[in-house]
Amino acid sequence: MEKNPIITLKDIALSFDGEKVLENLNLSIYDGEFVTLLGPSGCGKTTTLRIIGGFLTPDSGDVFFGAKRVNDLPPYKRPVNTIFQRYALFPHLNVYDNVAFGMKVQKKKKAEIAETVERMLTMVNLKGFEKRTVSTLSGGQQQRVAIARALANNPKVLLLDEPLAALDLKLRKDMQNELKNMQKSLGITFIYVTHDQEEALSMSDTVVVMDGGEIQQIGTPLDIYNEPVNAFVADFIGESNILDGVRLADYKVKFFGRVFDCLDAGFEKDEPVDVVIRPEDINIVPPEQGLTGTVTSVTFKGVHYETIVDFYGFKWLIQTTEYHPVGSVIGIVLDPDDIHIMKKSRYSGMFGDYSSYSEEFDEMNDPTIDLVDDESTAAEEAD
Amino acid sequence: MKALSRVYNSLIFLFLYAPIAVLILFSFNDSKSRVVWNGFSLKWYEQLFQNEMIMESLQVTLLVAIIASLVATVIGTAAAVGIHGMNNKLKKVFLTVNNIPVNNPEIVTGVALMLLFVAIISFMNHTFGTHLKMGFGTLLIAHITFDIPYVILQIMPKLRQTDKHLYEAALDLGCHPVPAFFKVILPEIASGVFTGLLMAFTLSLDDFVISYCTAGSGAQTLSVTIYSMVRRRVTPEVNAVSTLLFGSVLLLLVTVNVIQIHNENKLKKEERRGRAR
Repeated sequence: MEKNPIITLKDIALSFDGEKVLENLNLSIYDGEFVTLLGPSGCGKTTTLRIIGGFLTPDSGDVFFGAKRVNDLPPYKRPVNTIFQRYALFPHLNVYDNVAFGMKVQKKKKAEIAETVERMLTMVNLKGFEKRTVSTLSGGQQQRVAIARALANNPKVLLLDEPLAALDLKLRKDMQNELKNMQKSLGITFIYVTHDQEEALSMSDTVVVMDGGEIQQIGTPLDIYNEPVNAFVADFIGESNILDGVRLADYKVKFFGRVFDCLDAGFEKDEPVDVVIRPEDINIVPPEQGLTGTVTSVTFKGVHYETIVDFYGFKWLIQTTEYHPVGSVIGIVLDPDDIHIMKKSRYSGMFGDYSSYSEEFDEMNDPTIDLVDDESTAAEEAD
Repeated sequence: MKALSRVYNSLIFLFLYAPIAVLILFSFNDSKSRVVWNGFSLKWYEQLFQNEMIMESLQVTLLVAIIASLVATVIGTAAAVGIHGMNNKLKKVFLTVNNIPVNNPEIVTGVALMLLFVAIISFMNHTFGTHLKMGFGTLLIAHITFDIPYVILQIMPKLRQTDKHLYEAALDLGCHPVPAFFKVILPEIASGVFTGLLMAFTLSLDDFVISYCTAGSGAQTLSVTIYSMVRRRVTPEVNAVSTLLFGSVLLLLVTVNVIQIHNENKLKKEERRGRAR
């Protein structure tokens, strides 16, 4: 990674019909990075991508490519290419002409075009499909054509707008790997938009978590997961039990009327904080050895059981490979590195309580459910 | 019950098409009679093609229909693309405005255009001393005007079906806006543009009321000529020319319908495939 960012967004703000879509957005993207914009629908991630692509102009703030300000540069002059959500392949052209489209526009030599198209189609495993019309291809194949078409232009940066949202789970996993490998071997910067946290964690070098038109946190997948900055990030990335606590001193936090050791320092004395405990970090012990609670619900998830345990009225989610039936009393022990402390934010108290836990929570994390279009449609209409 | 409905249907079609069938039949009659069949002949068609007035008005009609439908298609396509790009509120306003001339009684459109032309021409003649009068020019402008809404109505649904990201994808790949329209959007809406063109041509071809109002004395379309001939006496020549007019309009409408059905089937097939995925 080089020191100078390849793309910089500075103080970007954008409203549609008086409704703020992006606010105070600052982001630097470095050469060769795999950056994911992650957030729920309506968080502004697609809008951000469209600003980089040149399809939207921010109300205020600047977009830089390298050191050059490109606010007013139209999409056809930007050295980036986009993979659209529904691929946007040209239906009246066959696979070859779709991939060759950008090069034909640039009036490249025929032989060069033919060579590049062949190379691209080989890369995406679609050799021999040149003459096929786009509508005869499956979703996964169309996706590959879209990738070949974008990469044939030799972009410095590839923008991907929920490219896998329309594929089924198995295919999506395969394509995740392929995309990641492609990005590594080509050394191109990828800016990837998704609302699927698992996708974001497994593919990215850097994850940008967004909500309400603002960036909540920027960091590596590991940072984002282990050190979420607020309740929103903690809840959106994986499952979290979030409790009210008071930070007594460095490495000391009090919740549930007890004092725990933790690894976090640097807060005010007696500052109220949000305490995050990941459901897979909780150690279950016999009741007499720790905090005790009663199991209220158990769901089998394959690798583990999702067990809801009632601790003095507050319900925790615990992921465990052991089976504890409903009604049984269990004890838990928390190690210092199981506990993460966050500053209070406007999201405090909104997430992390499993009292109303139901299967619906899973649905909300299910990327096959199409929440995607609302945002881009809203963005479209306001264009 | 079934037999009854069949009889009923046949009666409806009989009433609808009997007059036209009679007209066509007697255009081939070997005598001037409108009542007695004297054997098959093409002589009225021969005479028709020697009738200078009819031939001249046919020329005017075809010329107006061709130019008006082409111009209206270009303007209508541009307008449809523009309206499609508007936000929903503005789009609704423009589509409503577009629908008014379609639903408006033709005679109102005709008289309104006539009054406008008269006013403009007399103003020009008074102020600039020109010697303008109503004729081919006003006829053409009138036809273009009433064709445009129909073209827009044919193209709008095609634009709605088109993936909104196609145009952006073309820009993204380095295509400038105008070539992007021709390379990506136009092929998608081509069938709509073509049916729009045919619709406009058909409407121009068989229009009477508006042509009657706006052609003045300078030019006469076929329908106006037929009307003036019928006022004196219905000759078999009128039968012949009406038969030809009916035949060509029928052919065009069938073509339009076939294209539309073809498109719908294609769309359904694609939707099915899309769902299957």
